[in-house]
Amino acid sequence: MVSGTPSTEANDELPLVERARTGDAAAFSELVQRYERKIYRLAKHITQNDEDAEDVLQESFLKAYTHLDSFHGDSKFYTWLVRIAVNEALMKLRKRKSDRTVSLDEPQDTGEDLVQREIAVWEDDPEKKYSREELAEILDTAVQSLKPSFRTVFVLRDIEELSTEDTAETLGISIPAVKSRLLRARLQLREKLTRHFRRKGDDVFAYM
Amino acid sequence: MLTCKDFLKELSDFLDDTLDPNIRAALNKHVNECPNCWVILDTTQRTIKVYKGLEPQTIPQDIHSRLMTALQKKMAASPKQH
Repeated sequence: MVSGTPSTEANDELPLVERARTGDAAAFSELVQRYERKIYRLAKHITQNDEDAEDVLQESFLKAYTHLDSFHGDSKFYTWLVRIAVNEALMKLRKRKSDRTVSLDEPQDTGEDLVQREIAVWEDDPEKKYSREELAEILDTAVQSLKPSFRTVFVLRDIEELSTEDTAETLGISIPAVKSRLLRARLQLREKLTRHFRRKGDDVFAYM
Repeated sequence: MLTCKDFLKELSDFLDDTLDPNIRAALNKHVNECPNCWVILDTTQRTIKVYKGLEPQTIPQDIHSRLMTALQKKMAASPKQH
């Protein structure tokens, strides 16, 4: 297994990127070590396929290396890299789903689809009832059940912690679209997690 | 009067703290009076927190090795100018 990554603070990063840009292979390897885990996770979340995720991981870093000259440091290196990776991952997703149309239409924003069915208080520390692996499995399965347009926004905003603006720009959609999808993704995940994390024997809210 | 539906529509912005203070105050008032919306707020907040706290898992060694091999090949084929 690969050892833990060093600090991902952005401010110490520009000199590193600069060195990589001038052909310092060790500097580029360091950037790879920093971000490969996050890029692989992102790729897996979007493509939902191990083989595609590995392709996306490789393509993203190869492209980043090739186009390093076009990175001007006006965004964080990571944000720039994520943009490359998301494009690669969406291309894979579209290829796989070419037999089915991936709808990019916005839902009618009447708010009707926001109705919550699972309303129950959670255990105090539900995460502690599960092992790391079990918890990861529950969280992953919930994310994978979201439709691609919601899933992608949620992954960028709440897992990779990109800003609303960066998410909109990365996906080529409007800020209201990011917000609308994020709200729906969060609420759907909340319902799914409630099925695991609800406090047992305390379903009173569910019937109110 | 705010309805639960109004509250749900604003929930994400409420959690991200990007709302106008007046709207925020009205939503706060609603959530303090509505047990259902309180539960939804609390559990949505915790949903986000549990995902944000996730450290990415280490990637399998073979995937890492193949990535490094592909990169080394690329770097050898098209070295950057010093």
